[in-house]
Amino acid sequence: MTDIVPPTADEMREIIAAHQGLEGPLLPILHAMQDTFGYVPEDAVALIADALNQTRAEIHGTISFYHDFRRAPAGRHVLKICRAEACQAMGGAQLAAATLGKLGVDWHGTNANGAVTVEPVYCLGMCACAPAAMMDDRVAARLDEAGMGELLAEAGA
Amino acid sequence: MKIYVSRDSAAKAVGADRVATAIEAEAIRRGEQIEMIRTGSRGMVWLEPLVEIDRGEGRMTFGPVAPGDAAALLDGTLEGHGPTEEIPFFARQTRLTFARCGVIDPLDLDAYAAHGGLAGLRRALEMTAEDIVEEVKTSGLRGRGGAGFPTGIKWDTVRKAEAEQKYIVCNADEGDSGTFADRMIMEGDPFTLIEGMAIAGLAVGATKGYVYLRSEYPDAIAVMRAAVELGRRKGVLGGDILGSGRAFDMEIRAGAGAYVCGEETSLLNSLEGKRGVVRAKPPLPALEGFLGKPTVVNNVISLATVPVIFEKGAQHYADFGLGRSRGTATLQIAGNVKYGGLFETAFGLPLGEIVEEIGGGTATGRPIKAVQIGGPLGAYFPPEKFDTLFGYEEFDANDGLIGHAGITVFDDSADMLSMARFAMEFCAVESCGKCTPCRIGAVRGVETLDRIAAGEADALPLLTELCDTMTDGSLCALGGLTPYPVMSAVRDFPDDFARHKEAAE
Repeated sequence: MTDIVPPTADEMREIIAAHQGLEGPLLPILHAMQDTFGYVPEDAVALIADALNQTRAEIHGTISFYHDFRRAPAGRHVLKICRAEACQAMGGAQLAAATLGKLGVDWHGTNANGAVTVEPVYCLGMCACAPAAMMDDRVAARLDEAGMGELLAEAGA
Repeated sequence: MKIYVSRDSAAKAVGADRVATAIEAEAIRRGEQIEMIRTGSRGMVWLEPLVEIDRGEGRMTFGPVAPGDAAALLDGTLEGHGPTEEIPFFARQTRLTFARCGVIDPLDLDAYAAHGGLAGLRRALEMTAEDIVEEVKTSGLRGRGGAGFPTGIKWDTVRKAEAEQKYIVCNADEGDSGTFADRMIMEGDPFTLIEGMAIAGLAVGATKGYVYLRSEYPDAIAVMRAAVELGRRKGVLGGDILGSGRAFDMEIRAGAGAYVCGEETSLLNSLEGKRGVVRAKPPLPALEGFLGKPTVVNNVISLATVPVIFEKGAQHYADFGLGRSRGTATLQIAGNVKYGGLFETAFGLPLGEIVEEIGGGTATGRPIKAVQIGGPLGAYFPPEKFDTLFGYEEFDANDGLIGHAGITVFDDSADMLSMARFAMEFCAVESCGKCTPCRIGAVRGVETLDRIAAGEADALPLLTELCDTMTDGSLCALGGLTPYPVMSAVRDFPDDFARHKEAAE
């Protein structure tokens, strides 16, 4: 994995300031942090707490509650494979197992060359064209092992 | 020649963008003039990538189309399915909520208005708040998110509450597997949701709305944000909606991957920037909701149905349906099924007709073993119960629920003990942790099902007792309804639980 340069306090303050006027600004701030830096830096917690007049525990509590927010950078791409019922009905569990096996990782793991982090997701709304997965923000459906192989190849895994 | 290709994410997920690009390239190569219109989904997902061509004689459907079919498509030699609206799956529907979805470019406000859009809002602007609420009550509309609470009564509570600020919050945290109606309408006809929320605002005296939209739907978020922006520019939203002097504005907020935030009080906490834990009720969100202010929390389909009720009249809507389930259900036929997609129809169809005739049975061609209705908290129905009519009370009477009207089909290779275990595992992963029956019960449920799988005879009564505790003791539907899929699997598919026992012996 390439070296990640942690963002500066000013960069983070800028993001906080851009959303601070919203009603319920915390989730928009956290999303913006993750969109910009790829994760929510540890140093952001105190800065956000200070800006929103909340405790660090409250901010930490919110970050840790949600599956979306990560505290460390992921691989270059994030592959979310649907584990939910409609995908299972179309062989999604087997496809997920094969994909994890091929990459040599477990759920939430990043493959050896750092190209892909694999996360479980519970429904992408592709239930009539299952099984489905999402590479970053791009959804792919009616997947089989060949289709999944193409996605992984494009991602450099 | 007009060519229509869906920009719905399900269509794109199976290659619609590549098909559209190939058609455009082929047209340029031939020097042929075409007008490419990217629409929402027609709901016939099994035909995606679906292409419609209008050569002046109406829209004809082709699909699934591959990029390599572009030449044959323009030559007119590709075999198709004839006029779109005569395809049996489409012709049998009653499209009210989804009338425009798949027909127009979702971000073309003029097309929206030309197809009946904004007529409902204009009518509502001439009415008193009390009359608007009365109209919704007359329509019989009930919460389409699953709970089935009468929408008009909820609105009336918020209308009567006194506060300086009230809110309309749209629950677009559609996390149930087997459901995609919210996604499809937001991507395919976003203005109908915006219009519905504006009407709700007029009804209760709210000037601000939020759509809490799950982060797993990036396409829907992008379309909704663009539509809100456009709505503001064209005066549908803002300080002077449609020149009436009335105000309503809204924002799109992304969720963060927590299923439980589909529960309305968790959603409100999340919107406020807190952990998405459930709040005890009372107080009702209608009285103390977002930031402690009176708040309407409605599902996407409930709100997106409001415009057509005002456009065509409440009675027109109420004339469809069965018993106390009025109007249409937006069925989502999913999983292992031949003709999967969105099918809007009056309440009251038998389940068997939905999955066997409309859905065409399984995609694999094997017999149907089970159908889960209403998402991961819904019961599994065996074919013996296929005479159940699609309605809130009818499903309730059969130990099930219609939920968000997602219908997931499984063939005979499904192992129902595994599905029961998955239901518990899912509840454990997604529990907000506030109440013990859900937080601990779900973990114990997984362990108990593993014991049953290992052939321990005394584990089954324990599972039943555990499920009773979860049903009676959980704060919200997540822990309270997880026993539905679990116990329906135990009750209606006993062989799958006994087989493991035999294996152990």
